[in-house]
Parts: sequence; structure tokens; C-alpha cells
Amino acid sequence: MAALTKAEMAERLYEELGLNKREAKEMVEAFFGEIRDALSHNEQVKLSGFGNFDLRDKKERPGRNPKTGEEIPICARRVVTFRPGQKLKQKVEAYAGTQS
Amino acid sequence: MTKSELVELIASKQTQLSVKDVELAVKTIIEHMSQSLAEGHRIEIRGFGSFSLHHRAARTGRNPKTGDSVKLPAKFVPHFKPGKELREQVNDSMKSGY
Repeated sequence: MAALTKAEMAERLYEELGLNKREAKEMVEAFFGEIRDALSHNEQVKLSGFGNFDLRDKKERPGRNPKTGEEIPICARRVVTFRPGQKLKQKVEAYAGTQS
Repeated sequence: MTKSELVELIASKQTQLSVKDVELAVKTIIEHMSQSLAEGHRIEIRGFGSFSLHHRAARTGRNPKTGDSVKLPAKFVPHFKPGKELREQVNDSMKSGY
């Protein structure tokens, strides 16, 4: 099954809203670019109806190389998590297809 | 940052489209993404990440108030995996003190 990409999102903006192709492409770039910039400045992003992109700071913890069994610390880091909103969860729950 | 702040920000950085146009475009993008996931399609945005569905098996839950057991059917839940660039950019922000 084909995955949705930026090109198709731009195509839809062109078809449905009448943005020209350049505007449509720039809009999709700006959408993901601005979300990424906000997250890179430790700012949570909330898209009502879709979901929230949250940031979590993880402490350093001991890890292990699963191949060699050697102990190596996993450094403190910051990660992005996505919490789907109620509306999106409900939409997706109804999907009855095979496991993707 | 909320959806309306995102709309304002995008609108302020270009001159072709009105805030209303940008608002409609952002809503259309989000609707397109939701619809794709609801139809079981993945979303792949290079550098940003990918959205897919994860399967949850059927289970028996309990009503916490009454203690009655309830059958919960199998379902799918949305999942986001951040892309390499996003992961690195976010992690670097911590090192630079944000």
C-alpha cells in the first residue's frame, strides 16, 4: 500500500484549494519545517484534532551492547513523542484492515 | 505551539497567501493525514518522520467503578516514529541549552 508523501499533500492543495504548484509545495514544506523548528526549541506542538508532539528529557541510563554483552552508558537525551488526539484515535480504531 | 499559532507563523513568513488561505491549507494537510491513516496508509515525511498504525490485540478490560469485565475488541492505534534529522535536531537542542 502506497504511503502518503509531501508530493501528494501538495497535489491536494493544488487540486482542492487552487494554490499554484509552487505555493502548494512551499506550504507543505513550511508546515513540517515550522513544526520541526518549534520542537528543536523545546516547544511542544499541539494540533487539535490530530495530536500533540511532546518532548521528553531522558536521563542517562546503563545500557548493554546486545551482541557483545559489553556495558555502555546510554547518554542523557531529548526525544519527541507523539500523542494522538481523541478524534484521530477514533478514526483509526475503525480501520479493520490487516496488520500494517 | 498550537495550530492557530502555526498558521500565523507560516502566514507571516510569506506574502502570497492570506491568513485565511494558510489556515485552510493547514486544515487540509491535517485532514489528508488523518484520512490516510484511517484508511490504513502510512505517512512518510523524509527528515521529519513517519506515521503508521500499530495493532492492539483484543483483551478483556475491567470497568474500574463496578469491577465488571468488558470485552475490548482488537484495534489499531496511530504511531509516530521521528526521522533521523528530527531526532538529531531535537537532541542537539538539549545540548545547546534549550
